Amino acid sequence: MSEIAEQARKQKSSALWENLLRISMREAGVTVALVLIVLFFCATAPYFATSGNFLKIFVQIAINTVLAAGMTFVILTGGIDLSVGSVLALCTVVGATITTDERLSAGTSITLAFLACLGTGALCGAINGWVCEKWKLPSFIVTLGMLNIASGLARVVSNNSTISGLPQPFVEFGNLIFWGIFPSIFVIALAVVLIGWFILRFTVFGRFIFAIGTNEEAVRLSGHNPRAIKIAAFTISGLTAGIAAMVYLLRLNVGSPIAGIGYELNAIAAVIIGGTSLSGGKGSIIGTLVGACILQVLSTGLQLLGAEDNVKPIVIGTVIVLAVILDTYRNKFLRAMESRKGVQ
Amino acid sequence: MHGDELTRSRVDAAAHAETPLLKLQAVGKRFPGVVALRDVSFEIARGAGHVLLGENGAGKSTLINMLGGALQPDDGAIWFDGAPYRPASPLEAFKAGIRVVHQELNLLSNLSVAENLLFEQLPSRHGMVNFREMNRRAAELLAEVGLDVAPTTEVSRLGVAQMQLVEIAKALCHESKLLVLDEPTATLTVREVDRLFEILHRLKAKGVTTLYISHRLEEIYAVGDHVTVLRDGQHVTTRSLSGLGIPDIVELMVGRTIADQGEFSADIPVGGEALGVTGLKLTGDSPEMSFSVGKGEIVGIAGLVGSGRTEVVRALFGADPKAAGRIRIVGQEVDIASPRDAVAHGLCLATEDRKGQGLLLEMSCAENTTITDLAKISWRGLLQRKTEHAASRRLVKELRVKTPSIHQAVRTFSGGNQQKIVIAKWLFRGPKVLIFDEPTRGIDVGAKAEIYELLRKLATDGKGILVVSSDLPELMAICHRILVFSKGRIAGEVPRAEFDQHRILSFAFQEYGRVRDR
Repeated sequence: MSEIAEQARKQKSSALWENLLRISMREAGVTVALVLIVLFFCATAPYFATSGNFLKIFVQIAINTVLAAGMTFVILTGGIDLSVGSVLALCTVVGATITTDERLSAGTSITLAFLACLGTGALCGAINGWVCEKWKLPSFIVTLGMLNIASGLARVVSNNSTISGLPQPFVEFGNLIFWGIFPSIFVIALAVVLIGWFILRFTVFGRFIFAIGTNEEAVRLSGHNPRAIKIAAFTISGLTAGIAAMVYLLRLNVGSPIAGIGYELNAIAAVIIGGTSLSGGKGSIIGTLVGACILQVLSTGLQLLGAEDNVKPIVIGTVIVLAVILDTYRNKFLRAMESRKGVQ
Repeated sequence: MHGDELTRSRVDAAAHAETPLLKLQAVGKRFPGVVALRDVSFEIARGAGHVLLGENGAGKSTLINMLGGALQPDDGAIWFDGAPYRPASPLEAFKAGIRVVHQELNLLSNLSVAENLLFEQLPSRHGMVNFREMNRRAAELLAEVGLDVAPTTEVSRLGVAQMQLVEIAKALCHESKLLVLDEPTATLTVREVDRLFEILHRLKAKGVTTLYISHRLEEIYAVGDHVTVLRDGQHVTTRSLSGLGIPDIVELMVGRTIADQGEFSADIPVGGEALGVTGLKLTGDSPEMSFSVGKGEIVGIAGLVGSGRTEVVRALFGADPKAAGRIRIVGQEVDIASPRDAVAHGLCLATEDRKGQGLLLEMSCAENTTITDLAKISWRGLLQRKTEHAASRRLVKELRVKTPSIHQAVRTFSGGNQQKIVIAKWLFRGPKVLIFDEPTRGIDVGAKAEIYELLRKLATDGKGILVVSSDLPELMAICHRILVFSKGRIAGEVPRAEFDQHRILSFAFQEYGRVRDR
């Protein structure tokens, strides 16, 4: 009797251990890489291990983290969103136009700008998703179109100029620093990541996101409507572009039609380094956060080491490709572990 | 040339002519859980028009794929043109001189006819394609098969029959010694078929050997002189076609038996209507069909591959659009425009492609079993994992799925266990009518018996069950009634008391014969 119970207990604990291993493997690899990179720069780069430097990194990381969080949803369903950079630009000029409107009180204008930023972003995202699904087009093309459209609209709205003179309370909030090291915009980014993590991990919607990325046809034939979920994923990506635009305004205090150029590629890089598969179905938003950190730490660290500006992109590019190569090994390892278990 | 040399070469030629072009010796092929071919030996003579026959699942496709280099035999040996033949890829098969024209044509539809014909060896000068030479050679080949299109025509603009001729011309271009045609006439009109036969005769006169596979039994006399019949992965006979009538051939093809299931379903009482279909039409000009399935009844759909079985059940389920038709579920008329509607009304479909359409392979057993009804395991949109895991464990136990844990990815499961997961996910939803498309394909014998037992249990619970299967003895063992499809229509309906392989098969071939008569 006790022997059986003992066996069952052992089996249970080993199953638990393997589950933990499987869940954490996805993020563990990149997290270890991040820690190693940070330690390396702490040891070699002057001023890297100072609170001032970390504060700077946190400031610089915020926008990309928010964009990448939304991008994770889209990539998990097997799509891509190239439009987030210019949607961000559009949202900054919309937001800045409203906040600088002198007819409104500071409080009203900030609230309105907040809603308008998020609304504009979400609308752009929803259009992306709807067009993709309505005409069954590849998201690469549709969002490439949106990239140009939003960029053009940003110029129209802003009359081709940067908009400055944001209200004082707004600027002050952007400069706020908690506990001497966490800037307000980084806290916003963390909150977005946390909410995204919760949605993906604990909601029915999150389950659908993973299921669609794994096998969309199977989801459809299980009696669901994958198109609505995919449109929602794009809407979320647009929404986070709107939030990122608010972060941009908080940090730089200007709305600009040429903001956000190339941001989409940084966001995609963060998602991929974070271990999310470009073909969908696998990945995590915590990984995305770590991926965004790696990108920024590398950039800052290299700068402090005195690397030339031209060298930085070469290193970062190499790291992106390296991350994906390592990912294939990790997947092989996980599969081997599972198959060995499946045979028993 | 000296006299004795001449004699020797004549002797060589005579010996050459006597060795068969293709010789299979004890060839076997296994897939996980199934034996596709077992101990198959036969020969094809040079210049012969050889016909290969067999029911669905008899092993024809496996054999063709082996000849074409897509599969490698596990046992036995193949000789081609006097030398051991073991192609590792389609390219090697093609270089050796075997050309397989598959039922699904393999043309590059965005390229021109000429480019397709000469794709493997485009005439070139300094690395640039010599278009004039290419089109000239292509025109010659087209003339040879009597296809009157310009070599520069884009393939996507051709009709199916024309594409077929392009494939055959391609075989000519490389002087293939053996031309394998897999159901070339399945989509052709009578006139096109006559044209094809004419060309085949011309090729035969030129010494090309053909291996011809067709479901239209009456046409094999026009193209073949010898026939090989496979049954259940085994060789039945290879003999001359002369003196062999269609009834004799059918006799050779059937006769497969399955372990006795006893009165498997007959003792399950059939209640009122579970599923009723009236006037179902897939397209505007396809034939109308009506049928029904009672509560507790297992109804089989038999028919040849391509007879419209899968298309009909997919349209019923809303997976593909239909042109017309009324569907009733437990007496209530329902409107099904998508799988979502079907599932909402209690109709579900276990598709024939388990991995591609049924499962989330990379996701866990638990996540797969609950995907059909996430509302059951959630509260205000939040997943309740404990409820989910309990439900999944219960189903895994009930269906005896062999897995160390419900967190295991279903990719690692065997075919039988994967199929059980597909059934589990539908049981989780609690449907009224279940449709199974090839529920036991690629599953080993033990798991098959378990799947049958599950179907029986579902029927006993009063569910209506529709089973599409290419395995006739299987249907005869488990069904109350069998609908036989032939060319998109219901050619016959056979109740259990009258189950008979000959009768069912002749229904299945029925419409194919008629087309030739028209």
